[in-house]
Amino acid sequence: MAVASEARRSVVRERTLRRPGFLRRLPLHLTVWIVMALWLVPTLGLIVNSFRTVPDMNRAGWWTAVFPPSGFTLASYEQIFRTSGFVDALINSLLITIPATVLQVVIATFAGYAFAWMKFRGRDLFFIVIVGLMIVPVQSTFIPVLQMFAAAGLGGTFIAVWLAHAGYGLPFQTYLLRSYIGSLPKEVFESAEIDGANHVVRFWRLVVPMSIPAIAANTIFVFLGVWNDLLIAVTYLGQSPNRPLTVFIGQQTTSLGGNWQILTAAAVIQMALPLLVFLGLQRYFVRGISAGAVKG
Amino acid sequence: MDPRILTAAIAVIGVPILLVGYIRLGEWFLERLPRRIAGRMRPYVWVFPAVAFATVFMVLPTVNTFFISFQDARGNPVGLDNYVFFFTNPETLTSLKNNVLWLIFFTGFVVGFGLIFSVIFDRVRYESWAKTAVFLPLPISAVAASIIWKFMYEFDPPGRPQTGTLNATLGAFGFEPVAWLINQTTNNWALIAVGVWTSTGFAMVIISAALKGISAELLEAARVDGATERQVLRNIIIPLLMPTLTVITTTMIITALKVFDIVYVLTSGAFGTDVIARQLFQRIANSDYGRAAAVAVVLLLAVAPVLLFNVKRFREQEERR
Repeated sequence: MAVASEARRSVVRERTLRRPGFLRRLPLHLTVWIVMALWLVPTLGLIVNSFRTVPDMNRAGWWTAVFPPSGFTLASYEQIFRTSGFVDALINSLLITIPATVLQVVIATFAGYAFAWMKFRGRDLFFIVIVGLMIVPVQSTFIPVLQMFAAAGLGGTFIAVWLAHAGYGLPFQTYLLRSYIGSLPKEVFESAEIDGANHVVRFWRLVVPMSIPAIAANTIFVFLGVWNDLLIAVTYLGQSPNRPLTVFIGQQTTSLGGNWQILTAAAVIQMALPLLVFLGLQRYFVRGISAGAVKG
Repeated sequence: MDPRILTAAIAVIGVPILLVGYIRLGEWFLERLPRRIAGRMRPYVWVFPAVAFATVFMVLPTVNTFFISFQDARGNPVGLDNYVFFFTNPETLTSLKNNVLWLIFFTGFVVGFGLIFSVIFDRVRYESWAKTAVFLPLPISAVAASIIWKFMYEFDPPGRPQTGTLNATLGAFGFEPVAWLINQTTNNWALIAVGVWTSTGFAMVIISAALKGISAELLEAARVDGATERQVLRNIIIPLLMPTLTVITTTMIITALKVFDIVYVLTSGAFGTDVIARQLFQRIANSDYGRAAAVAVVLLLAVAPVLLFNVKRFREQEERR
C-alpha cells in the first residue's frame, strides 16, 4: 500500500515537473490572451474615448488614438462638469450610498447575531421567510411602496431611497451575516456569559471584532451595489433633483439620441470609484461576492 | 447653506447614532424587566429592525401588488383583465419572449464561459491576471457598461469609416457593417452579450474557487490510470462542481428574469428588445398601476420555482448543521 502510493506520488511529481513545450501550449496561451483581450478592450475603448473630442470620436474609432497624433484632451471632463445636473448627481450618489450602506449592514449584523445565537419562538419561520425574500424581485413591491412614500410625504427624498435600499438588501445581508456569525466558536460566547457580559457588550466586544472580515466584505459589496443601482433609484428618484449619477447618465443617454458621446467622461467617473475599490480591496470584494454563493 | 450639507450630516452621523442608540435603549429597557421575561423578549428587540424592514418593504407590498393586479389604473376591480392584457398584448408578449431568450442564453453562456475559463486559466501561470481581466467588468455598473458597449456596437453607414469596434473589425475582414442594436436579428444577442460580459467573472470566480478545492491527487490518479483530459473533465471535474454550478445557474436565472439596466440604457426596449422588468418600469412611470402590477405578479411567478428550490436547499443544509 505504502509502496503503491509512493510510486504514484513520484509519477505525480514527474508529471508536474515535466514542462510541455511552449509550442504545444501555444493554443492554450492564445485562447487565454484572446479571452483577456475580449474582456479588456471594451472598457479600454471607453477610457480612451473619454480623452478625445466628440468630433474626433465621430471621425475615427478609439484605436486610432492609441498611436500619435492622439489628440488627447480633458474637454469631455470639463464639459461634463459644466453640464447642469452632473455635479449634483455625483454628490447625490454619495448621499444615497453611504447612509443606505450603513443602515443595511448594521441592522443585518444585529439580526444576524440574534438569528445565530439566540433562541426564540418563530426563529426558523422568520428566517425561512428571509431566505425566500432574497429571491423576490424588488419590482413586485414598487407600486405599493411608491404609494406609501407619497402618502408619507417622502416621495423623491433621500430618506425614501435609504429606506428602500435597506429594505431590499436586508434579507441577503442578514442571511450572509447569520452564517458567518453562526460559525464563530461557541466557547467564546459561553465564557462571556459566565463573565456576566451583557448582550450589548458581547455584541460590540466579541461579535463585531470577530466578524470584521465578513462585515468588511459585505460593506464593500453593498456600497458598490447601491452606488451602481439604477432600477431602485430611477423608480423612486427618477423625477427628483435628488437623482444619483446612474439615473443621470441613463436618462441623458436615452434623451440625447445621437449625442450620447459626451457622456464618456461621466461614465468613466461613475465607474472609477467601483474600479478603485475593486483593485484596492480585491480580496475582500471577491470574498464578498463568493460568500453567498459558496456557502450557499 | 446648502441643505444637502445638513442631509449629509444627518446621514453620516445620525444613522449610526440612531442604530446604536436603538440597541442600547432596548437593552436598558430589558435590564429593568424580570430576567425571564427579558430573556424571552431580547431576541425580538435584536431582530425587530430587520424583520420590520422586510415586512414593510417586501412582504406587505408584494401581497398588496397581488391585489392591485386585479384593479384598473383607477382602482376599480376588473377581474383578470390585466392578465388577459398581458398575455394578448404584442408588447408584453415580445418582452416575455425576450426574457426566455435571456434565461436560456445569458444563463448558458455565463455558466459555460465561467466553467471553461476557470478550467483553462487554471493551466497558465498568469492565472490571477487572466481572472482579473474577466472579473473587471463586475464592479462596473450596467449603466457604464452600456456606454462602453455603445462604442463597441456603434454603426456608421456603409462607405463611411466605422467608429464602432465591432464594425471596424468586420470591415477589416471585408464585411459590411451591421446595425447591431437596431437590426432585429442581432439586437437581442447584442444585449445578452453585454450581460454575459458583465457576469461571466462572477461565475468564473466561484467555479474557480470550487475547482481549487478538488484534490490534485485525485485528478492525477485518474490521468495516471489512463483517463484523457476530456474524460477527467466530464467524469470527475463536472460532477464534483455540480453543487456550485447549480447555485450559479439559479443565481443567473434570477438575474436573467430581472434584467433591466442594460436594456433600459442601450435600446429603451425599442426594436423588439423589451423585457418584462422594463415593461413594468414603463407602466409604473405611466401610472398604469393595474397592468404594471400584473406584470410584477407574472415576474414573481416566474421566479417562484427558484424561490422554492432555494428554501428547500436551505432547509436541507440546516438539518445537516
